[in-house]
Amino acid sequence: MPLSTLLMAIVVGWLFGAAVYLLLRRSLVRLVLGLALLSYAVSLLFFTMSNTGLRPGVPPIINATPPEAMTDPLPQALVLTAIVIAFGITAFLLALAVRASQAANTDDMDVLSPPPPDDH
Amino acid sequence: MAETALRQILSYTLTIPVILPLIGALLGTLFTNLRVRRLICLTTLAATAVYVVLLTIAVAQGGALVLQVGNWPAPFGVTFVADMLSLLMLLMSCGVGVAVLVYSFGNGDSELERYAFHPLLLIQLMGVHGAFLAGDVFNLYVWFEVLLTASFALIVAGSSRAQLQAGIPYLVLNLLSSTIFLIACGLLYGVAGTLNLAQLTQRMAELPSPGISTVLAVLFLLGYAIKAGTFPLFSWLPVSYHTPPVAVTALFSALMTKVGVYALLRIFPLIFPDDLAVLQPLVLWAAALTMVVGVLGALAQYNVRRLLSFHIVSQVGYLLLAFAIGTPAAIGAAALFIVHVAIAKAALFMIGGVAERIFGTADLRRMGGLARAHPGLAVLFAIAALSLAGIPPLGGFLAKLYVLQATFEAGAYLAGGVALAVSLLTTLSMLKIWYEAFWKAAPDAALPGEQPYRLAPVLGLPIAALALTGVLLGVFGGPVVRAAEQAGRDATDRAAYVRLVLGDELVGGGR
Repeated sequence: MPLSTLLMAIVVGWLFGAAVYLLLRRSLVRLVLGLALLSYAVSLLFFTMSNTGLRPGVPPIINATPPEAMTDPLPQALVLTAIVIAFGITAFLLALAVRASQAANTDDMDVLSPPPPDDH
Repeated sequence: MAETALRQILSYTLTIPVILPLIGALLGTLFTNLRVRRLICLTTLAATAVYVVLLTIAVAQGGALVLQVGNWPAPFGVTFVADMLSLLMLLMSCGVGVAVLVYSFGNGDSELERYAFHPLLLIQLMGVHGAFLAGDVFNLYVWFEVLLTASFALIVAGSSRAQLQAGIPYLVLNLLSSTIFLIACGLLYGVAGTLNLAQLTQRMAELPSPGISTVLAVLFLLGYAIKAGTFPLFSWLPVSYHTPPVAVTALFSALMTKVGVYALLRIFPLIFPDDLAVLQPLVLWAAALTMVVGVLGALAQYNVRRLLSFHIVSQVGYLLLAFAIGTPAAIGAAALFIVHVAIAKAALFMIGGVAERIFGTADLRRMGGLARAHPGLAVLFAIAALSLAGIPPLGGFLAKLYVLQATFEAGAYLAGGVALAVSLLTTLSMLKIWYEAFWKAAPDAALPGEQPYRLAPVLGLPIAALALTGVLLGVFGGPVVRAAEQAGRDATDRAAYVRLVLGDELVGGGR
């Protein structure tokens, strides 16, 4: 395994760990940050999945470069899509967090958690 | 000759179920006049429904249709596949979508409609239709995100404090499941080098070590199990479904969990058939526990919408049961069950919404006397509730019969027995609503004496239409059952799917 792949695996794992830690905190802002970190971790994970791994390849131009040296363009296209989606969702989450903290005057998830059902 | 030309046209226009709702939503937002906006949204959705019906007839007669968008050959471009499984789901979502849209007109909540409620509903349907037609795992992910984003906006539409509070667990858990799904997509690409479903079907079968495929199958199962609301992972559903407006809950009850189940039914028989057999005991236990825990949760509730929300979970158990069995008959039965349960559940939520408006509360203990005051509503409730419980000759009986038949044929007697026992408990919990809201005498303060509530036709019609469909599904179920059987074959015949999407020349070679 190339050293860069190993390094990336550690970074991705670290990001996942940090994201889960933030998700389990009680603060709404940390929740949003946790979800953002989670999406970064997945994006990095996608990069390690290309056919050349993390070795530098050459642009995939037919007849100009040999196919085995080409960098796989698909993971990059997929990551781009995932980044755009994550960006939109994060914006929505931030807006929601603002509204929720305004409504309850706190960003503590224990206070914000769903009210007990009115039927007991 | 004319028939092939028609099939050609239909396959070229396969994006219509996605594009028409989008056009309707965009046009709708341009008009602040609510009447115009409603008209635009309803027209486009109805047109989509007509197109889907045409498509279904064509596919029932001549087999599945494929569109390679932009004429890029299959593994490289975006692929839309309309086979019978997709079309049954599309029919269900169009039908329920129209009913919910009409129902929401009578909700009397113009405040809500100002929040672009109808356009959002159409956007969500666009995402759902895209997911049903996607022939590519990554496209499936993107469509899931589209429908989720619209559902996020719908579930907090109106921004009451309860909605914001309940919306957060809904959002976070659904995003988490999407993330797991995305991780699974990434790893799958790393293993197979493609995300096109047909090509994956070929390559996953040739994989040298089957272990990695099981790992991927578990990741996909986990991601979809959260979305489908199955046993240990359903907690987001009952905490959030009772807060948004009734029309939203009715739509979600019919679509959201079912899209998750559809994804399982689509992906597993094609690319993880052997892993499904490995995971079968686990999924069967999850199915049994989903059914039992869901219905017990429902029995404990007095809030009518929370009760019905737990029922969604319970019914997903039946779908998971059929999925775990995995034979063509079982997958077909699951498709039939999805159609039936979406109709019955949407009708029940709508009736619950009417009761909520009559009494000004969702608490069953403070309701009563509806059978005397609104006999028509009581009949509709009885039809929907008995259909859900599986009483002949209603649609629910037929759906349950086929699921159980497939289960017993596969020898899963314990899970089948649990399913039968849960049917009894379902009847019991429906009796609870019946007794509390319809049968017992109204509490003194409850019924407004001077001005009796008159059920507006715009609320009553969609409920009646859904209930009637439930009856027809049972009485004249032949064509639907045949379609479901075809759906089961379409979903499990891997060679045919590969041939359909990749064409004949690519089948032999692979790569």
